[in-house]
Amino acid sequence: MSGPVKSAANGMVTARRMATGVAVLALIAVPFAIKEIYYVNIASQILLYAVFALGLNVLVGYAGLVSLGHAGLFGVAAYVLAYLLAAGHGHVAAILAALAVGLVATAGFAALALRATGISFIMITLALGEIIWGLAYRWISITNGDNGISVATRPQPFGISLANARGFYDATLVIFLVAVAATAIFVRSPFGAALCGTRDQPRRMNALGYHVWMIRFWAFMFSGLLTSLAGILFVYYNEFISPQALALTASAEGLLMVISGGAGTLLGPVVGAALVVIVKNVVSAYVVRWNFMLGAIFVAIVVLMPEGLVPGAVRLTQTAWRAGRRKKPGAASRARPQP
Amino acid sequence: MTALVVNNLCKSFGGLRVTTNVNLDVGPGERRLIIGPNGAGKTTLFNLITGELTPDNGSVALFGRDITRMPSRRRTHLGMARTYQIITLFARDTIERNVMLALLGLSPLRWNPLVAFDRLQHLTAQARAALDRVGLEHIAARPLSETSYGERRRVEIAMALAQNPKVLLLDEPFAGLSIDERQDVRKLLLAIPRDVTIVMIEHDMDVALDFADRITLLHFGEVIVEGTRAEVVADPRTREVYLGE
Repeated sequence: MSGPVKSAANGMVTARRMATGVAVLALIAVPFAIKEIYYVNIASQILLYAVFALGLNVLVGYAGLVSLGHAGLFGVAAYVLAYLLAAGHGHVAAILAALAVGLVATAGFAALALRATGISFIMITLALGEIIWGLAYRWISITNGDNGISVATRPQPFGISLANARGFYDATLVIFLVAVAATAIFVRSPFGAALCGTRDQPRRMNALGYHVWMIRFWAFMFSGLLTSLAGILFVYYNEFISPQALALTASAEGLLMVISGGAGTLLGPVVGAALVVIVKNVVSAYVVRWNFMLGAIFVAIVVLMPEGLVPGAVRLTQTAWRAGRRKKPGAASRARPQP
Repeated sequence: MTALVVNNLCKSFGGLRVTTNVNLDVGPGERRLIIGPNGAGKTTLFNLITGELTPDNGSVALFGRDITRMPSRRRTHLGMARTYQIITLFARDTIERNVMLALLGLSPLRWNPLVAFDRLQHLTAQARAALDRVGLEHIAARPLSETSYGERRRVEIAMALAQNPKVLLLDEPFAGLSIDERQDVRKLLLAIPRDVTIVMIEHDMDVALDFADRITLLHFGEVIVEGTRAEVVADPRTREVYLGE
């Protein structure tokens, strides 16, 4: 790499690190900056749905496998947690069991769904999600049917109470940051590169010596782990779980978060989750037909930024920056490499 | 030991027989050219050899080992590499990253979810060396989407060579190239050491004939003629089905 190119790349890395640091500080400051408990709770909701969207994005964005059944996996972990807590088990045991059962369910989903790709994969995941929803709705002796299961308490990790909105936000933020960091490491690793390869050229990847099915399976498992974590956070946030959380609309909303924010990007699902949660919870307080508004926003995103909000914003910024440089007198000559 | 043995290989797609009792016996270091008109079953034969298709009958052996039912990826680990007639690369990545993916395919590191792929210095160095062999080292950092067709052909070959194959299958490596690019690729292929066995499908007889030790002519999925260059070119059946009178 030549000198100017290398220094530009280093500058980009520094700028990215600084932006990450500022974003983390801003997230830490949220409960201090926002006085109203309602909005702190909305922030917690954004973070927990962002974890869900990050998990779904591993499949949709990096593996090229669109799942319409992820709310089912979300619900499996959520129901296991709620059931065990309602039965009087401790938080640690219930959380570990919820993660374990969530992963077993993910393995089952993966084993069945990865027999296909494309539309067939979508239909299998949709069917599996509906089966889980049907079980939650009809297996009344376990799930309490439409009435759902209530959870009486939140855990107290290291003696810190999560009962109040601020404490819960902090705990959710820690899990969110861990999920973002884990996803960033995952997608930039050799395994992540292989996963993106199976998305772009599965036939070629097979010929290069990769076990395409197995790569997709482990990606599915990672996705299922994040989804289960989001399900656990959801139960603690609402202190309640019902079949509605597992419905097809919940899977579709997750998919909209990923696609609207930018599939295959780290920040996209987070922005998408924020958009959906804010429109559903905040805008709906002012706009009666908020569903219409959400739909209109998605149509606008698809038309104006088909790649999603985050990559679209990056593209527009770069275009504007280049246009600005062209207008600036002498900029072109300065940009030209010197002999 | 023979590098590649194909024995009575048969494949049908529904009622259409595309490969009929094909036999090949390719020695170590040999340059074998597979020729035949369009639809002769050349690429299907490659897909059967590499495991992308499963034969209805017959067998394939690599250095004496039966690989007929072995998955494609495992054949790659045994030393088989291929290029595609229609260029199949990773358009979102740089040239260097494309070759690094080829190298990673044979490395246990491909399962590692913790280290940064771009920081694997030894893979980067090997990728650069492979690109140097095909004359693309100077544009290694260029996104693939900004490269010419001829450069992509060479990236395909670099990816195959990076895997240090024992048997290399080239599916029309000169297809779509300009005269100058053909000469570049020809020189590149001639420079491949003799410890690599090469089986090549090619239509361009001018560049391909002097490359081959032996030639196999396929027609409607069957081997019609096989022999040295002189034997195949002199055979009237070759002229009849392929070269024209």
